[in-house]
Amino acid sequence: MTKYLVFITVIGKDRKGIIARISNAIFKHNINIEDLDQKVMEGYFVMTMLVDMSDSPMTIAELKKELSVIENEMGLKIQVQHENIFQTMHKV
Amino acid sequence: MEYSLEEVMETVNMTLFHNFDIRTVTLGLNLKDCIDSDIEVFSSNVYDRVTEYGEKLVAQAGKLEEKYGVPIINKRISVTPVSLIIESCDADAPIEIAQALDNAARDANIDFIGGYGALVQKGMTRADARLIDSLPDVLSGTERVCAFLNVASTVSGMNMDAVIRLGGILKEISNRTGNGVGCAKFVVFSNAPEDNPFMAGAFHGIGEPDFSLNIGISGPGVVRNVVEKNRDCDLTALSEIIKRTSFKITRAGELIGRELAANMGVPFGIVDISLASTTKVGDSVAGIVEMMGIEKMGAPGSTAALALLIDAVKKGGAMASGNVGGLSGTFIPVSEDSGMNAAVKCGALSIEKLEALTAVCSVGLDMIAIPGDTPAETISAIIADELSIGVVNAKTTGVRLIPVPGKKAGEYVNFGGLLGETYVMEINRFSSRDFILRGGRMPSPVTSMRN
Repeated sequence: MTKYLVFITVIGKDRKGIIARISNAIFKHNINIEDLDQKVMEGYFVMTMLVDMSDSPMTIAELKKELSVIENEMGLKIQVQHENIFQTMHKV
Repeated sequence: MEYSLEEVMETVNMTLFHNFDIRTVTLGLNLKDCIDSDIEVFSSNVYDRVTEYGEKLVAQAGKLEEKYGVPIINKRISVTPVSLIIESCDADAPIEIAQALDNAARDANIDFIGGYGALVQKGMTRADARLIDSLPDVLSGTERVCAFLNVASTVSGMNMDAVIRLGGILKEISNRTGNGVGCAKFVVFSNAPEDNPFMAGAFHGIGEPDFSLNIGISGPGVVRNVVEKNRDCDLTALSEIIKRTSFKITRAGELIGRELAANMGVPFGIVDISLASTTKVGDSVAGIVEMMGIEKMGAPGSTAALALLIDAVKKGGAMASGNVGGLSGTFIPVSEDSGMNAAVKCGALSIEKLEALTAVCSVGLDMIAIPGDTPAETISAIIADELSIGVVNAKTTGVRLIPVPGKKAGEYVNFGGLLGETYVMEINRFSSRDFILRGGRMPSPVTSMRN
């Protein structure tokens, strides 16, 4: 089955449980984590998670809505974008 | 991971923090097959065509905004120049069709619909003249209809009889709309492109297919950010940096444009790579020029800085997409760009400097408030000056001037919303009347002997 790859990007102050909460939220909806990277950039914690949504009934809009709860509770910025845009901009 | 964290964050930061967006997706619609000798049937055909495709455009664009996290600010329609489709109709047809376009745009949630215009660079047909005469009624009586006229081209020269009429018509539109804001919906061009997605001058040209999905990307904020991060490099290096950024945002724009066209089942047209500013602080073309090292936009060096900027944008864009088209120049609409406005306010920027900028890159005198008592012939003369630059340099130039009733140079005016706010600019008080009233057609220029 063709993968439906999506980047979840998190920016904010480092605190406990960010990855755990996001992983838990996406696990519930049958979304698979393909890859994960994190570091502190310009004083902020940033994490990028590449996930495959092909087995999930969720749309990107629904996922974004679900993650916005975590975004608000934990004071983060979370962006959800299809992988195509990264491929287009960075891979020639 | 196939992507570095820095690559991912570069894209994310553009959308989250630097106002990268798709400024407009504009669907060009052919309306020639809507023509009917019965004006009621004709209007109804136009209304149905625009609402059907307008609704599709809005729905599909919304889905892609979600998918890519890139806002699509405006969803617009451009149509066949209206003067062409009313040739066989009665005198009332222009108003009826304008009303049908306005109703359709409102009902389909399209914010502006362009194409109410004519190409009269060499002369006017009866329908062209009717359409021009209807402009004050249409621009004061409709909400979303945008109008254009092409009155000059490098191949044909300039139709000065049309230019004479425009001075008076602009004043009439101005007097019939609050603060003259109706004039913001009207552009007069030389060498108007047939696939421009930006308002107010978008129309679906006669060389276009039945449908064409054109996209205008925008990223002054993104470019300003990379210039800010590279304060100390020389101009060769700066050009390279801007080029790379332009490449990336053009690629993203083309991706979204192509996918939108495919989802709608219409052909993809062009990506317009113009840097289009907004009233938001940080999303200003003047802001980029000032970040490059010019104290205030309009100071000596501004023309060179803007020339370098847009050349780099074009080089990056042309490498990114084989479908670059439309205007693809710099937009420096005074009232819509907070930096331009500030430069006018402090006296750094004059209308003469704005005209000079159009000789190298900008696409025109845009969203400039002028005193309400400016004589009609002077307005015509400003138009003639600006369009001459386009004619002689074989490029598009446009004029969108707003005579503001009752206001004098230096006074503040607020056009509302995205149209922004500005200060009325000083206009040279000496007369051009006798020159303008000669009329006729300025011949097309010789295109060899380029100095």
